[in-house]
Amino acid sequence: MSNSLLSLKDVHANIHQYNILHGVNLEVPKGEVTMLLGRNGAGKTTTLRTIMGLWQAHAGTIELAGMDVTRQPTAQIAKQGVGYVPEDMGIFSDLTVEENMRLAAVSAPLSQERMDRIFLAFPPLKTFWHSAAGNLSGGQKQMLSIARAMAEERQLYLIDEPTKGLAPAIINTMAAALSELKAKGATILMVEQNFEVAKYLGDHCAVMEDGKIIWTGPMNELAQDNELQERLMGLNMEAS
Amino acid sequence: MLKHILSGDMPRSKILSLVLVVIFLGLAFAPFLFPGTRSLDTAARICIFIALVASYDLLLGYTGIVSFAHTMFFGVGAYGVALASVHMGRGFDALIAGTLAGALVAAILAAIIGLFSLRVRAIFFAMITLAVATAVAVLFSQMSGITGGEDGLNFKIPRAQTSAQKYLADPVLGVKINGKLLNYYLMFFGSLALILVFLRVVNSPFGRVLQAIRENEFRAEAVGYKIVFFRTGASIISAVGAAVAGSLYAIWLRYVGPDTTLSFEIMIDILLMVVIGGMGTIYGAVIGATIFVIAQNYLQNLMVVAADATSSLPLLPLIFNPDRWLLWLGILFVLSVYFFPKGVVGRLRGERK
Repeated sequence: MSNSLLSLKDVHANIHQYNILHGVNLEVPKGEVTMLLGRNGAGKTTTLRTIMGLWQAHAGTIELAGMDVTRQPTAQIAKQGVGYVPEDMGIFSDLTVEENMRLAAVSAPLSQERMDRIFLAFPPLKTFWHSAAGNLSGGQKQMLSIARAMAEERQLYLIDEPTKGLAPAIINTMAAALSELKAKGATILMVEQNFEVAKYLGDHCAVMEDGKIIWTGPMNELAQDNELQERLMGLNMEAS
Repeated sequence: MLKHILSGDMPRSKILSLVLVVIFLGLAFAPFLFPGTRSLDTAARICIFIALVASYDLLLGYTGIVSFAHTMFFGVGAYGVALASVHMGRGFDALIAGTLAGALVAAILAAIIGLFSLRVRAIFFAMITLAVATAVAVLFSQMSGITGGEDGLNFKIPRAQTSAQKYLADPVLGVKINGKLLNYYLMFFGSLALILVFLRVVNSPFGRVLQAIRENEFRAEAVGYKIVFFRTGASIISAVGAAVAGSLYAIWLRYVGPDTTLSFEIMIDILLMVVIGGMGTIYGAVIGATIFVIAQNYLQNLMVVAADATSSLPLLPLIFNPDRWLLWLGILFVLSVYFFPKGVVGRLRGERK
């Protein structure tokens, strides 16, 4: 794809002695949402962590906006405008919501305009602005986690299972916030097990199996083809 | 106003606020409230150890770095003042030059150790600092031509800071207004200034990053913070704080030696004070150092009273024998960790935030 913002070419990665990624090839188009789907243990989270430099790719290349970031340290990748929302709601629970947000704005202080936008998307964050993040509910922590990624302009968002374990009402809030992010032209690579959310947000889709991408294509093509869904991902999809 | 001075980090507990006010007033008016050389010496030690322990808390409590080299920096500051005073002669210029040189050397040492060692896992870093601190202590003991070896160095401080200098002919509230009093207030305000600086550091954006690193270094790195630089920065600030506290200690004692500044026992004392007071609070340093130094100085006296009071009973006089004060200090420590796992400050606050 010519308008790719992120490009993975034959990426291999190990976690300790285990070989998890066996040659991942993936293109993430600029300004669109790419869903990374697949069964548990397929290597989706490892792919995001490898892009982020949290696991080192031992073979292959990862290019961000045409620049090779394969060997770059995590902090440098983040500074190039990659917002990462980890699977475990990577918030700092000892800090307040406000401190978490201000910490996330690395390149410039958090503007009032941006804060207002975040409060509009996630009203509970305004209510608990001065509370310790560790005291928030699971859904509020996830809101904070995504809001932190939105604390400044990013060229790429890596979001790992933002709706995992959340109540339906909170899932709707998440989906609405991410939809707004998408409407502003953000480039997102998102791991998602909730197929309804994936269908709602995704433009493109990549399906992983055993550390490789086994299928890529438009999200609506997968959404409309039940047989393809079963073949690629079995019946383990969590439909809401 | 007070909130601004404390960098917005209020005690957040009425009892804690009360205890801190009592300690502050007790130390501020110590020469008048507790007259006598020994009590003034205890008050000065409390001031200095509050600053020293707070500097260590910045490292251990706020950044999650376990270092055994803190007394090395304390010693570097102390020797800086002593060497400057010996070579330049008594004078304020020697004290200032020695303090600055000690702080600079401490900063350089901390930067070198940090940049070379803070990439390794916490336990290995702790071992490296232990090895470096031990090597430096041995070096200071053996370089007797420069450092005075095991005997240490005695030096003179400006006359204006000694009891020979009288500022008022008549005592005020029964206390002689002399250079010794001035010297005490140098310790008090010096330590107070260090505490306020540490509060400013831990409540700054830099301090928040340190706390984020302490909680999860990978997350902090993924946000965009290069953790080795922040950790090294914290080590340098902490080392400079320890060195300045060491300089104050040397000025107070007018002596410096391996046992008073570089020994591993002091390192253990600092650890105990941080844990007793409460890690990651700065105020914990105030409480921990006050309790510990008072216990160190007066537990034996208390035990003499207890032994006398129980002299007619079996076994108890033996248990309360003043020679066993260290045993009781150990028991106090075990009890405090058991009942206050987050330290006295953590317990009084109920929770961190």
